[in-house]
Amino acid sequence: MMRLPRFHYYRPRDIREAALVLAGEENAMVIAGGTDLLPNMKRRQQTPRTLVALRHLDELKRVTNGSGLVIGAGVTLTDLVQDRGIKSAYRGLWQAAAQVATPHLRNMGTLGGNICLDTRCNYYDQNHEWRKAIDFCMKKDGAICWVSTGSKTCLATSSTDTAPALVSLGAEVELETAHGQRTIPLHELYRDDGIHYLTRSNEEILTRIILPDGAGTRSVYWKLRRRGSFDFPVLSVAAAIRFGAGGAVDEARIVLGAVASQPVLCDSASEFLNDRSLTDEVIEEAAALCARAAKPVKNTDFSPHWRKRAVARLAAYALQELRGDDMRATREKIARQAL
Amino acid sequence: MSKENSYSVIGKPRRRVDGADKVTGQTCFADDIMLPRMLHCKLLRSHVPHALIRSIDTRKAERHPGVKLVLTGRDFPNEYGILPVSQDEQPLCREKVRFVGDPVAAVIARDEFVAEEALELIRVEYEPLDTISDPVEALKQEPARLHDYSEEGNIHKRLSYEFGDVEESLANSAHVFEDIFFFEGNTHLPLEQHAAVGVPEAEGRVTLWSSTQCPHYVHRAVAKALDLPMAHVRVIATPNGGGFGGKTDPFNHEIVVARAALMLGRPIKICLNREEVFYCHRGRHPVLMKFRTGVDVNGALTAMHLQTLLDGGAYGSYGVASAFYTAVLQPVTYHLPRYAFDACRVFTNKPPCGPKRGHGTVQPRFGQEVQLDKIADRLKIDPAELRLNMVEKPGALTANYLKIGSIGLAECINRVTERSGWKDKYRKLPSGRGVGLACSSYLTGAGNSIYWNAMPHSGVQLKLDRSGRVTVFCGATEIGQGSDDVLVATVAEILGIDPLDIRCVTGDTDLTPVDLGSYSSRVTLMMGNAAIQAAERARDLIAQAAAQKFGADAEVIEFAGGRVFNTGRPEQEMPFQEAVVCAEEIYGSLGTTGSYTPAPPPGKYKGGGVGPSPAYSYTAAVVEVEIDTASGWITVPRVYIAHDLGRTMNPVLARGQVEGSVYMGLGEALMEESAFRRLPARLSGALVHREPSMLEYKSPTSTDMPEVITDLIEYPDDNGPFGAKEAGQGPLLPVIPALANAVYDAVGVRIDEVPITAEKILQALDSKARGGSGRVGPAKFPELEWPEPYRVPPPWEGGDGNAVNKPQRKRAAKMHDMDRFRKVTAS
Ligand SMILES: Cc1cc2nc3c(=O)[nH]c(=O)nc-3n(C[C@H](O)[C@H](O)[C@H](O)COP(=O)(O)OP(=O)(O)OC[C@H]3O[C@@H](n4cnc5c(N)ncnc54)[C@H](O)[C@@H]3O)c2cc1C
Ligand code: SF4
Repeated sequence: MMRLPRFHYYRPRDIREAALVLAGEENAMVIAGGTDLLPNMKRRQQTPRTLVALRHLDELKRVTNGSGLVIGAGVTLTDLVQDRGIKSAYRGLWQAAAQVATPHLRNMGTLGGNICLDTRCNYYDQNHEWRKAIDFCMKKDGAICWVSTGSKTCLATSSTDTAPALVSLGAEVELETAHGQRTIPLHELYRDDGIHYLTRSNEEILTRIILPDGAGTRSVYWKLRRRGSFDFPVLSVAAAIRFGAGGAVDEARIVLGAVASQPVLCDSASEFLNDRSLTDEVIEEAAALCARAAKPVKNTDFSPHWRKRAVARLAAYALQELRGDDMRATREKIARQAL
Repeated sequence: MSKENSYSVIGKPRRRVDGADKVTGQTCFADDIMLPRMLHCKLLRSHVPHALIRSIDTRKAERHPGVKLVLTGRDFPNEYGILPVSQDEQPLCREKVRFVGDPVAAVIARDEFVAEEALELIRVEYEPLDTISDPVEALKQEPARLHDYSEEGNIHKRLSYEFGDVEESLANSAHVFEDIFFFEGNTHLPLEQHAAVGVPEAEGRVTLWSSTQCPHYVHRAVAKALDLPMAHVRVIATPNGGGFGGKTDPFNHEIVVARAALMLGRPIKICLNREEVFYCHRGRHPVLMKFRTGVDVNGALTAMHLQTLLDGGAYGSYGVASAFYTAVLQPVTYHLPRYAFDACRVFTNKPPCGPKRGHGTVQPRFGQEVQLDKIADRLKIDPAELRLNMVEKPGALTANYLKIGSIGLAECINRVTERSGWKDKYRKLPSGRGVGLACSSYLTGAGNSIYWNAMPHSGVQLKLDRSGRVTVFCGATEIGQGSDDVLVATVAEILGIDPLDIRCVTGDTDLTPVDLGSYSSRVTLMMGNAAIQAAERARDLIAQAAAQKFGADAEVIEFAGGRVFNTGRPEQEMPFQEAVVCAEEIYGSLGTTGSYTPAPPPGKYKGGGVGPSPAYSYTAAVVEVEIDTASGWITVPRVYIAHDLGRTMNPVLARGQVEGSVYMGLGEALMEESAFRRLPARLSGALVHREPSMLEYKSPTSTDMPEVITDLIEYPDDNGPFGAKEAGQGPLLPVIPALANAVYDAVGVRIDEVPITAEKILQALDSKARGGSGRVGPAKFPELEWPEPYRVPPPWEGGDGNAVNKPQRKRAAKMHDMDRFRKVTAS
């Protein structure tokens, strides 16, 4: 078995204490479910000296209604998937969470951990010996990028399933330190940089995810991966639309996952949809605009060329489902499960 | 065809004998073994693909707190390897490393963590050599030669055979088809990672517990590698959490822990991690194939010339046998009047390839069955008809002298075509949906051991006593396939007792008679026959005793339902236990043995020993696919499969084997590949397995598994126990070509290489849309110098199984290894 490196482990009483430890310790990281962090530590991709545990903190596990919905960062993906309210009002988020990893990993994995998930690359997500064999890259221990040897930045892929869905729903996140807190739109938490992919400072703890009122908005999430379980996305399309009277689009937000180091907002496609009805032609045009926004690189499963070509197809499925088409058979083929 | 079976245990659905232990976590796998004072071992593996070892400095590691011992290649006297002709492995590399993952040092420490820390402290100075990443590079014969004993440069072995004048037949054939295919390598991916524990015993003896499929071969290898008498080594195979051929070689880690246990006088355990399992490999060879096939106007085969090129990786392993298997079974399915083949295996700087489920035959079966589909398409013949017209006859002797027994292939084809509604679907489904058909056959046990000897291939021993309990001993290994269940069921059937009254002791070289191991689908047939013999001998003794008691003839004594009775006077009866007491009174302590040795093969030409088998299984499959033409996305809704296994021992397990084969076949067809990353020398010069992890090496999950409609077809074979043939490997073979053929039926493109992915389908569709070939696959087979073939006229051309010429062959360099082995075992 691959062994974890040595580390200190703190089990704080509350968020405040967690924040204090985080601020006081050098090279400390928070751990929620550990389903991303622990494998990375075994492979020596991430080597924190100190782990600050959040998993046991009840205050992070609450789902509360306000004008919209507030979800604690420590809510597990399984709990989220079992929440009927989320399933009906925030379908896209539910579909995304239901397709993360495997049932076992969803039992442990949290929403906060999923949002902060490390970016991925198949030169980086390897054990230490493998990376030594090929030579280390700039994301950890090295200087070069193997995906694009001329690149000045790391191009590791944002692989979180829930983030595109949450961004499409207009989610905000609350970040807390020992000294205070701030709330920002979720998409501002991300940065298109495979190493510094979050704008969160190391002292900040993600505490709550705030969703606006879901009434009147329909949302969906389509994920592409080789197998019906386990796999991270190689491409995903999250779309949320508020329809106006008469069935035309009032407001649309389409977000792509796994095609950059952050979730990619397809503004041109979203704007194009405004005031239009989702006819086949409109869907095709919008899907083509989405494809233009995607710039996958060669560091996941499947070739970037194929992934790019699949964008329009997947975006069209998403919009067709939002229009109300019966997509169950197609879902079954793509997701290998009913969603 | 199959007679209603009159057996009481055989053929009845039963819970497997080891099932309850497995599902309740009682089974003790190698990694579960915990012994007092046990230490842990980790191996330092090369991170360079090809290099001379200049020096190894272990001093720091030795001083690391908690470290007890550090070993390097110098601590091991001898080479070893599974085949006598390729004794090319060292427990730890001495002079040279040949792939990323080759072990160079071992640390034995208090725990795994400390051992891992100490690995970091070992300094190895390497002198890099050029690397060979594929057969084309290997054939270039540059100086970077992996092994001195190879035939030439990095050509490990070339084979060339001709059974009749193939060129003449091709010239006279109505049509000749030439096709090139590529089958990418893939690996076994057993859930259980290899683990072993070496335990020192008094007087310099050692016991090795290991998750191995072949304790007997490990026994030989450990003795040889460590210069120990075989009598001082005991190997115990723990139940394997899956093997699929990946645990049939003796491994360096096994020899290392045995040695360390002897040196330290303490038990030593090693558990490989998943990456290391990828480096042990011995998986499916990547094979490039070229078929030139002649047919008559009805599409019946007239002749075939097959050429195969195998990427062997860094060591010999079973490779010479694998090379034979890429060709020898072609004539066993359909009648083939003339046949020639050339096979070449090369060395490359990658983990060694070896036997994986269907050993060597899977790749050419893919090629042949896809080519037949093309032939049927061109000649406008239904592919099922085409095949039915040329199914080989039962009892036939093939062009290459393989003796076939029973053949249920025609019924298999009829069954899957009926079940799937083939006639209404083939070429009739809407675009994007398709069906494909393919067939295959497979060995029921290799007719020869991997080292030449005239001893039995399987031995079984029975112990009975007054308790009524029967203990059956056999060297066979339970790897999840259900061999313990077959053993118990066979004995229970003959003695007419409840399987629960039998205990089996298997896979222990001290306690159990030799069985060669769980490979080549040999166990049910060979162990089964040995068990029948042992059980019948026991039954005869008990029958004699019972007869004496009843005052009757032994011939009229029957065994059934846990009782022994006189068939003439049914009121004369007693429980089995009482009958054993009678026998024990008369004969003293009771024990019998049985053994099985396959008949010598009819082919007497050199090399004719690979391919013969006591019986051949047959399979047909229809695969349905659905393809999205805009993305190439492929879905398999259903697979229909019919498998002729001679006789079903336990339908629950037989179905499990067939459906497990479908699962594994689909994985190979759709996604699995042992791919490598090669970086140019100016960057890092790396040559590494692309993704040695269970997440990124894509193998299907339960969600990806289609509905499987399975039929077990019974054409009992005279050589099989109760007529049984194999079920564990053969059913994998047709799944892959059937899927490729279904893709063509669905969207009209040919993917002539495996795996068949959405990307390749889309590429082929693009090519077709542009007026291109609509094919993705290899373009050419490299020019290769083949040796003069052994010319063996087929039986119907006056042949007697001997070659009519004497081709000159270079002798391999290290042939004296067998002698050395003999000396070792004799000393
Ligand atoms: C085999 C496998 C398959 C997977 N497949 C998928 C997949 O398909 N889709 C997918 O999205 N993910 C996948 N994952 C990743 C992971 O399981 C999920 O993303 C999960 O939701 C992570 O949550 P966690 O609580 O376990 O995070 P952890 O591992 O505990 O943390 C992940 C990261 O987030 C940080 N973090 C966690 N909580 C907070 C917080 N409250 N504030 C600030 N930082 C925080 C941690 O420091 C760490 O850097 C997979 C993982 C594995 C091992
Ligand atoms: S994208 Fe480049 S730098 Fe980033 S992890 Fe991959 S190889 Fe390393």
